[in-house]
Amino acid sequence: MRQTTPNQDFFRGIWNENPVLIQMLGLCPALAVTNSVENSLGMGGATFFVLCGSSFLVALLKKFIPHEVRISTYILIIATFVTVADMSLEAMAPSLHKDLGAFIALIVVNCMILGRQEAFASKKPVSRALLDAAGTGIGFMIALLMMGSVRELLGAGSLLGYNIMGPNFEPWVVMILPPGGFLTLGFWLLGLTWYQERKKARLANDGAGAKERRAA
Amino acid sequence: MSSDANFMTADGNLEAAKAETKAAEQQPPAEQETSSLRIVLTLSVAGLLAGVLLIFVHQATQPAILAHKAKMLRLAVEEVLQSPASYDTLYLVDEKLHKELPAGGLEKDFEKVFLGKSADGRSVGFAVVHNRAGFQDQIKVIFGYDPRTKKMLGMKVLESKETPGLGDKIEKDLDFVEMFTRTQAPLVGVKTGAGSGDVHEIDMITGATISSKAVIRIINEAYEHWHPTLQAYLAEVGS
Repeated sequence: MRQTTPNQDFFRGIWNENPVLIQMLGLCPALAVTNSVENSLGMGGATFFVLCGSSFLVALLKKFIPHEVRISTYILIIATFVTVADMSLEAMAPSLHKDLGAFIALIVVNCMILGRQEAFASKKPVSRALLDAAGTGIGFMIALLMMGSVRELLGAGSLLGYNIMGPNFEPWVVMILPPGGFLTLGFWLLGLTWYQERKKARLANDGAGAKERRAA
Repeated sequence: MSSDANFMTADGNLEAAKAETKAAEQQPPAEQETSSLRIVLTLSVAGLLAGVLLIFVHQATQPAILAHKAKMLRLAVEEVLQSPASYDTLYLVDEKLHKELPAGGLEKDFEKVFLGKSADGRSVGFAVVHNRAGFQDQIKVIFGYDPRTKKMLGMKVLESKETPGLGDKIEKDLDFVEMFTRTQAPLVGVKTGAGSGDVHEIDMITGATISSKAVIRIINEAYEHWHPTLQAYLAEVGS
């Protein structure tokens, strides 16, 4: 495994290796419950909690976990945190819990979380694992918010429940239905890839230009 | 291991050092021979700890969850009975309504209805909870009506997963919800504008016909199921 600095551990999950937009992990909740900003925040928050909690425990206990049953143990740890999040959310924010429904319980099978345990937390010290989990969690939250804000704005004409588009706006109902999730994700990925390609092309051009100038 | 290897390199024993490092890389410590006992123990202890933790979390969160559910039900009963002064919970035991559960009976084993009362103790009507399949999933509805006049007092959707923006209008379209306060059971669904003004008619929501029909069918089903019992109870109690 390549060496990284603590800064890299934290920041790469937020953008350059964003779990949803770059790694294409955790797409199920990213498509299913991002029909409003509030739901995105709830899902992102719950996932952040589970990710940080399990990365901490896995990094802490890695010496005691036999190699043969490491995946089952990770799942057990993740599932425990998910159940804690599920119960707490139901007690503290019942309407949000109702909206997110089964997708809270399904955080258990979010491969983004298991992926961080297997690829990172089980091999690194606790502090690094926490930084990595926090970065990935924030990256996941950002991706969900990018989806949720577009979908709520177009599909309901509001943001966080506040009406933005005015009374004459006819909501695009499809955007808060499942197809809207696929459309939004598709357009975001298209836009981001296009931006990356342009950046790459520009860098290549600049490099070539500098060489020519130097040669001249 | 690495300092060892360096030392040997310095000693000129390069090949041996390389082999040693390689062997160390290929053989991560203590991963080769984990005994079955250790595997079983690890998983059991982890499972036990997780279980104990969840018991505590469950105990800490359960009161708030139950309180919220009870509050939602109370608000719903009050809404569909048009804010009665008080209400009683009645249980169906042997085809008859009773205020008390039979000795040793568990609340969840009995069907129940809610009887709203005005300030002077007169019955205003019953609130009934019933569910059946809608367009996506089960729709759970509570509605209030007066068995003497068959007049509807109100309807509220307790649980539904109907399509956002279309089917969920059965709870969000206030015109639709309000219509249930001025009709008489049993209900008949009609296309908006196509009705004859009959007291049994409910205008179905355009674009949510299946969900609207489901609500009407839920109420009619519950009405058929409960009406004789409720009527008999009121005749017996006499108010």
